[in-house]
Amino acid sequence: MTELLSGKDLTLIRGDRCLFQGLEFALDSGELLFVEGVNGSGKTSLLRSIAGLLDFDCGLIQWQGLDVGKDPQRFRASLAWFAHRIGFKGDLTAAQNLDFESGLRSFRSDDFDAALDRVGVSAGSALPVRSLSAGQQRRVGLARLILADAPLWLMDEPFTNLDKDGQALVRQLVNEHLAAGGVCAMASHQTVSIDAPTQRIVL
Amino acid sequence: MDTEIRFPGLLRGVSAVIHRDLLLAWKRPGDVLNPLFFFAMVSSLFPLAIGPNAEQLQIIGPGVTWVAALLASLLALNSLFLNDFEDGSLEQLILSPQPLPLMVLAKTAAHWLATGLPLVLVSPIIALSYQLQPEVIRIMVITLLPGTISLSLLGSIGAALTVGLSRGNALLSLLILPLAMPVLIFGARTVSLAATGEATAGGIYFLAGYCMLALTLAPFATAAAIRISNE
Repeated sequence: MTELLSGKDLTLIRGDRCLFQGLEFALDSGELLFVEGVNGSGKTSLLRSIAGLLDFDCGLIQWQGLDVGKDPQRFRASLAWFAHRIGFKGDLTAAQNLDFESGLRSFRSDDFDAALDRVGVSAGSALPVRSLSAGQQRRVGLARLILADAPLWLMDEPFTNLDKDGQALVRQLVNEHLAAGGVCAMASHQTVSIDAPTQRIVL
Repeated sequence: MDTEIRFPGLLRGVSAVIHRDLLLAWKRPGDVLNPLFFFAMVSSLFPLAIGPNAEQLQIIGPGVTWVAALLASLLALNSLFLNDFEDGSLEQLILSPQPLPLMVLAKTAAHWLATGLPLVLVSPIIALSYQLQPEVIRIMVITLLPGTISLSLLGSIGAALTVGLSRGNALLSLLILPLAMPVLIFGARTVSLAATGEATAGGIYFLAGYCMLALTLAPFATAAAIRISNE
């Protein structure tokens, strides 16, 4: 059995700074990759490179044992991206935004109301996303993760702007996702406890 | 390991993008109407400034209308990817399993429907203020149709390249103008030829051909440019 997600000999240089060199990881289903580091240490760059938004200077990422560069579409079909910028249109409602997303990637269900309920945003709300608070907007972003039929979650600073309940919700969702056989790569400057096999990378 | 890639299908993705972008344009009419007002104002101010001499107006009419249409298209382009870039939905689009060239083509199509098509539709009214003949107005609409589509497609390359820059608008115009020149020259000239009663088919064929070239090549260039801008 090969690992679901693995990185080999990863090196990234931005400008004249080497962010990391010879980084290795291998995640099996149900495992969490936790990237720690101070601000500016390259956590976001690492996650963006894993997603394929940035190119590594050296090394490769494998998904299900295959080089992602060879079949990027398959890899993108398997990943869900949750980052600083949520990627929702402020002028549309949460449900309209999720409806749009369902045209881009395959969703487990089209019950948007249930997903929004789950993350604690009042479902069926006619309010545009713009008028929700920053924390609530992040919660709508979590609804996308729940709905997306993606075994790989890439989360960059998932706890930003969230209250205690929201942070607990993130932990719970990640735990459930991992228990269901998914994998998750998470970057955060704060240490969090997630009761799943965890590999830590300190940048 | 499953071999099939699960995603909703190309047509679903294209229609989702077009539907969302048109809905956004509807909710935010300012972005769409500004270029249209610019086009209408610039091209209808010329007759007022030059005077009611019909012969003179008929000579400058095609050129002025085409220049105004070109500038209005450039003005509209800045908004093509900027909002998506700022709120992160461009990232989501790049990371979706849908092919990016097709998605940017859908975005450009929605952008043209919201900004280019209205321009073509009001052009006959503008042409009336230059006292152009009905036959000339017909040719103007026929040339503006492929012309504005080409401008939107070419412009999408520039918009994608400059989306990450803080003041990319001037640069965008500089990048696009050389590519847009053939459209302007053939478009304006074909309408002028129609005014003097000469054959116009050649110019129209050229514009249609140029439009097809832009349609096949621009989406790939735009997709590549978006990836670079998002690094």
